[in-house]
Amino acid sequence: MAAPIGTDLSAALLTAPVPASDWLVILPVVHCIMLGALMLMLRAHVRLHAVIAVLGLAALVVIDAVLLKRVMDDGPVTMVMGRWLPPFGIAFTVDLFGALMALAAAIAALAGSLYALTDIDAGGRRFGFFPFLMLLMAGVSGAFLTGDIFNLYVWFEVLLISSFGLLILGSEREQIDGAMKYAVLNLIGTTLFLIAVGYLYAIFGTLNMADIALKAAGLRDAAPLVTLAALFLLAFAMKAAVFPVNFWLPASYHTPRIVVSALFAGLLTKVGIYALIRVMVMLLPVEREALSLMIALVGAATVIIGALGALAQTDIRRMLGYVIISGIGNMLAGIAVGTPDGVSGSVFYALHSVVLMMALYLLAGQAACLGGSFQIGALGGLYRERGWFAAVSLILFLAACGLPPFSGFWPKVILVKASLDIGAWWLAAALLTGGFLTTICFGRVFLLAYWRPAQAPVKAVAIGWQSALPLLALTGLVTGFGILPEPLLSLAQAAAGSLADPAAYIHSVFPEGAPN
Amino acid sequence: MEPLFAILVGLFFFAAVYLLLSKFSIRIMLGIAILGNAVNLLLFTAGRLTREVPPIIPADLDALPAGAANPLPQALILTAIVISFSFLAFLLVLTYRAYQDIGTDNTDEMRVAEPDDPPLPPVGY
Repeated sequence: MAAPIGTDLSAALLTAPVPASDWLVILPVVHCIMLGALMLMLRAHVRLHAVIAVLGLAALVVIDAVLLKRVMDDGPVTMVMGRWLPPFGIAFTVDLFGALMALAAAIAALAGSLYALTDIDAGGRRFGFFPFLMLLMAGVSGAFLTGDIFNLYVWFEVLLISSFGLLILGSEREQIDGAMKYAVLNLIGTTLFLIAVGYLYAIFGTLNMADIALKAAGLRDAAPLVTLAALFLLAFAMKAAVFPVNFWLPASYHTPRIVVSALFAGLLTKVGIYALIRVMVMLLPVEREALSLMIALVGAATVIIGALGALAQTDIRRMLGYVIISGIGNMLAGIAVGTPDGVSGSVFYALHSVVLMMALYLLAGQAACLGGSFQIGALGGLYRERGWFAAVSLILFLAACGLPPFSGFWPKVILVKASLDIGAWWLAAALLTGGFLTTICFGRVFLLAYWRPAQAPVKAVAIGWQSALPLLALTGLVTGFGILPEPLLSLAQAAAGSLADPAAYIHSVFPEGAPN
Repeated sequence: MEPLFAILVGLFFFAAVYLLLSKFSIRIMLGIAILGNAVNLLLFTAGRLTREVPPIIPADLDALPAGAANPLPQALILTAIVISFSFLAFLLVLTYRAYQDIGTDNTDEMRVAEPDDPPLPPVGY
């Protein structure tokens, strides 16, 4: 990339200051890091942590909502760091997909921070639950908003190290065992991603996503891009817990505090799916086409294996771990189909899954709090004792199975239709079978833990507002988007459309045309 | 120079994968350390290797001289080294703690979170 002597590179330098409104693009990340740092400074005053975290995450929801509004009005927004313009400088580029995911993640994290008020005891707070949560959100937001692939790697690492901290909070034997597997396998996953980035840099000589999307067309014959795409696929599939590289997830997600499990379930695998969609659909669409049969096979296997795994579990938390995997298979099917319809199904499913998985784990925590155990066999009588809680559970279970009228139904319909449209009837069959098996699975939970007479007397603990509010709010979202899917559906379609045709994204990074 | 480095990187990957496939967590840690270095070398090689012209802009020019070393991979590697070093430190502490608490570093026997014979799911009321 060294320019010949005498070339005037001043055009690559930014001379005007960044407009104040562009700071909005990076604000979610800065906000989270600053609050995390503030909490570390206040580590002697643990009581303040919870207040700062809840207010801070509420502010994050507002920031992300404003950002989403801005992206809806103006199209993708880019902010350049330092004085170097892309492709040399680091750019944060937000498009509709990234902004939507960031907003969903912020909502889930806010719900989690409320639930944590009761779930995380003084010890967990002293070990720094809330600072870790803020840093995790910094990593997640950064991954959703960045426009540079090496930056994506760095944000992956930021969220990974915070998740390690959250995972071993409490240091029980189970947690350490789960954390070993989670840490080693996830680290190998991100290292694979770094290998892919190395090859990407060798081929393209650039790391800016918009620049890569531009250059990919010209290099298709000259470079082994399918191999590169396969490497990215493996790396992100490992992050997203796709079969057959999913086994770290059920080994570790049931070990930490329930709110930590919920945060992981809501956020982390979705970051993997986000990266997969970004790279496979936007940057390397032709290579995705070449690999689509494999992605479809892997997706179908993930749906079925996840659902079968869920059927075989007796611990609700482990069962939910497999349900996450099954959901990941659904999103993968949309990527395999690759038409704007299919991708919009994946986007919708990802948004729905962030909210739903969060809610399901919080629900499991609450059920265990009432019934005294996470084992399905030991629970019982919840329906008689807590009518509204059983109603909320049923809504979330139906949404997880993909049954109407809740939010799981629509993405599933889109995905099944998209696979039928390209003639992949077996993929549609796999998705439907997965949904059927999940229905059996949740039906059994409802039957045994709710309808069956109590095994042990249900504890007379009152469900505090700290637990009830996030549960009801998330259930409200699930129901709302099930009954009125139109706004989210059109947003998901617009997001998929801009991924399929990244002209606006590229224009936002290179407003004056791309450099050669 | 590049083919030599390619072979070196291949050897590093070979050793890393061999160690990662081991049963004992301390060997896996060594594998991760080597894997991190393999990737750093890969990034370095990807950015074109030269050692004749340092990437410094002379006083009378406003661009790099032709054939200068590429500074970007070095910046990337610097980031990656810091990250992989901190992760390795964390993992080593975690491994030691796991050895203390679980009493083994054989991954086959580390089954606290996933017991060997979990109860079967209930079939009826």
